[in-house]
Amino acid sequence: MPKQSLFILLLLTALLSGPALAAPPLDEIIRRANHVSYYNGDDGRSEVSMTITDSQGRIRNRLFTILRKDVEDGGNQFFFVYFKRPSDVRKTTFLVHKNMERDDDRWMYLPDLDLVKRIAASDKRTSFVGSDYFYEDVSGRNINADHHELTAEDDTYYVIKNTPKKPDDVEFSSYTVWIDKNNFMPMKAEYTDKNGEVYRTMEVLAMETIQGHPTVTKSRISDLATGSNTVTEFRNIKYNIDLDRNIFSERYLRRPPREARQ
Amino acid sequence: MKKIALLIVPLLLLAAAPARSDMQAVKDGLYDTAGIDLYGFVEVRGGLRSQDDDYANDPSLAEARLQLDLSRDFGWGIFRAKGDLLADAVVDQVSGRMRDLNLLFTPLANVDMKIGRQVLTWGTGDLLFINDLFAKDWQSFFIGRDDEYLKAPSNAVKSSIFFDMVNIDLVYIPIFEGSKHIRGKRLSYWNSLLGRRAGEDFIFNLEERNSAGRDSEYAIRLSRYISSTELALYGYHGFWQTPEGMSMPDIKLRYPRLTAFGASLRAPVLDGIGNIETGYYHSGQSDSGRDPLTRNSEYRLLLGYEQEVGHELTAGLQYYLEWMMDYDDYKERLAPGSPAKDEYRSVVTLRLTKLLMSQTLTLSMFAYYSPTDKDCYIKPKVQYKLSDQWLIEGGGNIFIGSDNHTFFGQFEDNTNAYAAVRWSF
Repeated sequence: MPKQSLFILLLLTALLSGPALAAPPLDEIIRRANHVSYYNGDDGRSEVSMTITDSQGRIRNRLFTILRKDVEDGGNQFFFVYFKRPSDVRKTTFLVHKNMERDDDRWMYLPDLDLVKRIAASDKRTSFVGSDYFYEDVSGRNINADHHELTAEDDTYYVIKNTPKKPDDVEFSSYTVWIDKNNFMPMKAEYTDKNGEVYRTMEVLAMETIQGHPTVTKSRISDLATGSNTVTEFRNIKYNIDLDRNIFSERYLRRPPREARQ
Repeated sequence: MKKIALLIVPLLLLAAAPARSDMQAVKDGLYDTAGIDLYGFVEVRGGLRSQDDDYANDPSLAEARLQLDLSRDFGWGIFRAKGDLLADAVVDQVSGRMRDLNLLFTPLANVDMKIGRQVLTWGTGDLLFINDLFAKDWQSFFIGRDDEYLKAPSNAVKSSIFFDMVNIDLVYIPIFEGSKHIRGKRLSYWNSLLGRRAGEDFIFNLEERNSAGRDSEYAIRLSRYISSTELALYGYHGFWQTPEGMSMPDIKLRYPRLTAFGASLRAPVLDGIGNIETGYYHSGQSDSGRDPLTRNSEYRLLLGYEQEVGHELTAGLQYYLEWMMDYDDYKERLAPGSPAKDEYRSVVTLRLTKLLMSQTLTLSMFAYYSPTDKDCYIKPKVQYKLSDQWLIEGGGNIFIGSDNHTFFGQFEDNTNAYAAVRWSF
């Protein structure tokens, strides 16, 4: 190794491990927060239960299995969802090819009609199966869609304000995220409307470390405008289960894989 | 009185449903002891004609239905049995009908097989079908049953073979059953023989198509994706799904032989999904248009586009064309006085779907309009989910036409409104 390179390496090491432990650059915080939220392992599986409570206290439930496979780490991904409850959507399957550079491809299979339907919806900020979660909350918002700004920092959190690059495409004017300094997990988010009022919040209610990955096991999204909220619990989470790429195709929409049916 | 009695039992069941929270215990028990998944629903549905029909009863729909859906996952395959018990007061009968009774398994890594009674669909059209030549139940669709019942089940063997280059689906239906078409039993229709609308006063006999081997259907689809563009080629050999022929002199409706070829393409276009589908129907028994009692060969084309146009609001548009071959022969041999069909029949459809109140309320409308036949068929629907179990729904089937003999116009007196309550478990 030439002396010059060695010098630079030593310098870098000194800088990175220096006593100041300077905050990583903003881009890096955003990248790691996105990674820990949506890209743990190369693939994964989880059983998800959603409890939707409306302003009058009426409760609806959703139970499904979600399979995920990353095409590129931090980039394109595949999602497969198999519904178990309520009974009117049982065995319905849902496939998403999440694309960074263009609209996602989405398919749904309705078993009673034997129909594979391609979904035209381009708006990712619509309710996922009638819950307070949006499609984007499930599959992740493109980090390039917002301007990011570190507005505050304490011992525990980086507080980052995100402003959309295309304000007409979304219902919020900005959202602020509290990111845990230890593991980069976004622990809380507040969405602000055009009048500057907070109308929507996300909170992490429980976490576990699974196969070395910090993982949310329970979270809640509240819609302050309608008074409705949805609590989502994740069970039997597993990463790196070597999911076959072919699962994320029309074949398995019609014949859900064992990994989803279990 | 007998009719009322028919409805009472399921109604009682439905009324008792809220007390049936132990249904979950039954389901759990069945799963734990036998590994069987149980789902289903109980439903009451009624409908009325909005005007007098000289040839059919006023109520278009008065029925109670129980559906049970049982499945067992063996790991190597899934067995499914789904059936309906229907108490129908319009025709005054109780009947059972299986919709699924099949085994789905994977004999080879790249092959899936589904054997038994099953619902089959393919193609890109939305409530317009070119290469999907599988059985339909138009009567259920026209009187306002759930959309599920438009698809009629078939006894079939379906194998799907998956290669890197192409996927192949093969369907074999040993004995043709045909679509449930309108023949006067429940809905009035245009009777070309009488030259007027008819109903229960004139019900045609059907020529039988029930010999295994001779009356079988074969269908094939080759499909593949290129990026997110979906391409498919289709082939079918069997029969017209509706009786498009007549045998003389015994005056029986006949399902003439049909061979069809087609292709489709579906892909993201602009901010939505676009599709194009085409097919050629070779009507083997029409003798190149020289048999006036059998529908001629035709060419069909469909163009469609669907897009989200507002918050939770989706719009879909389709243009559809039927082009009759050998039109001159048809016109020449048409019985004197019979109204002639056009060489080209086109249909435009519009679908609008709006979701409200956390997707518990759905307002939707599907409309067919034919500029060539000058008729239309409009299906508005409102659906409200009171809870995960309870659903109420109301809608209409509105037929308007300037002639009595056109496809939708003939059903004008069947225009109806319906309502339903369903409890799912």
